[in-house]
Amino acid sequence: MKNPDILTCFQCGTCHASCPSGKYTSLNIRKIVRDSVKKDVSDQPEIWMCTTCYDCQERCPRGIKVTDAVLALRSEAVKKGKILPVHRNVCNFLIETGQSIPLDDKHRDMRKKLGLRIDEASRKKAHKEVKALIGSTGFEELIKK
Amino acid sequence: MRKLSLFTGCLIPNRYPGIEKATMLVLERIGIKCSELKEAACCPAPGIYRSFDNITWLTLASRNLVLAEEKGTDILTICNGCFSSLMDANNILKTDAGLRNEVNAHLQKIGKEYRGTIEVRHIIEFLHTDIGVNKLGDAIEKPLEIRAAVHYGCHLLKPTRERKLGSAQFPVFFDELVEATGAKSVPYEGKTSCCGAGGGVRSAMLETSFKMTEYKLDRIQKAGVDCIIDACPFCHLQYDAGQIELEKSGKYYDIPVLHFTQLLGLALGFTPDEVGLHLNEIVNLKFEEKIAQIQKWY
Repeated sequence: MKNPDILTCFQCGTCHASCPSGKYTSLNIRKIVRDSVKKDVSDQPEIWMCTTCYDCQERCPRGIKVTDAVLALRSEAVKKGKILPVHRNVCNFLIETGQSIPLDDKHRDMRKKLGLRIDEASRKKAHKEVKALIGSTGFEELIKK
Repeated sequence: MRKLSLFTGCLIPNRYPGIEKATMLVLERIGIKCSELKEAACCPAPGIYRSFDNITWLTLASRNLVLAEEKGTDILTICNGCFSSLMDANNILKTDAGLRNEVNAHLQKIGKEYRGTIEVRHIIEFLHTDIGVNKLGDAIEKPLEIRAAVHYGCHLLKPTRERKLGSAQFPVFFDELVEATGAKSVPYEGKTSCCGAGGGVRSAMLETSFKMTEYKLDRIQKAGVDCIIDACPFCHLQYDAGQIELEKSGKYYDIPVLHFTQLLGLALGFTPDEVGLHLNEIVNLKFEEKIAQIQKWY
């Protein structure tokens, strides 16, 4: 990844020591960000283990945008069609409904009992416009890869 | 004070509608006029879409921002994910002319244009800054003498350079709001640590995400609290549904999880059912009894 910021890293490891996910997974944020300068890390499952909590970025003594770097690495992987099936499902919900977590019958019933209305016309218009926008940005194609 | 439009997002209306109900009840009771942002879609969720494709993320977020621009209101969020997505996108589009032009080229196809005329707010910082702890305290009818574990959630505070809400390691504003309701904000180890849900980790690796939740719940339980107070439905889901999952591995917590608007609702005299506590996975009747006793006392 071409990110000149990362070259200022002196491998102190504060990022990894701060990482809540790294306590339980093979994610070593220090290593993966360093490796990304020299090689393609799109295949490494670790790029998907970050909760984007920003603790590493907040504590980096060099002010490197570590979490933002993870987001960029993920985008590179996605461009190569490397998308986890569960994430593809979430994207498909958005494509199909305009929402990432669509309403189901159980929660429709809950809303009714609480006296909360659903503005179907408003949701429909939102969905139509979202569809047009993701068609325009090429997102639908990207997800199909 | 600028007018506000309420942005409810996906998770609250579609999974925790009790939080939506509580929010509407408390905003009305404390006299904040705030109508729903109609035609809004997914913020879109930062953990997935921002990771996947920057321009799609910015374009979909900008559409929501434009809806508020057209109404001439700021956006009030009640979810850290929506806050993060909409605030970050707004900041980027206000300052980066190149990206703004690119996004506007897409928006043109649905007859919209991003202008950068509004702000994005989160109900916690809004209540703290624009209403204030004292004024909110004055509105409380049933001071809740309970012990609460406050969970800020990562994206309310971080990145701090963008949020400008002070320290992410020792934040205080949310605790002050919780204490305005009469509750005691109890300190606990790992308080500002992640709940484990964000960044697409919950959907991709459910069990791993629960290990982070277990770390938090163990420390919250040790601190001896009546409930967890959060500011985000994703953290809320992780703690609430997470406790049920962790029961399978022999961990028993039974700690009720409340969004701040639900806590505030109880302190304003609404019943646990009215603020939707019965719609959580964890329904702790002892807690509800305690609330009922407090409410009866005052």
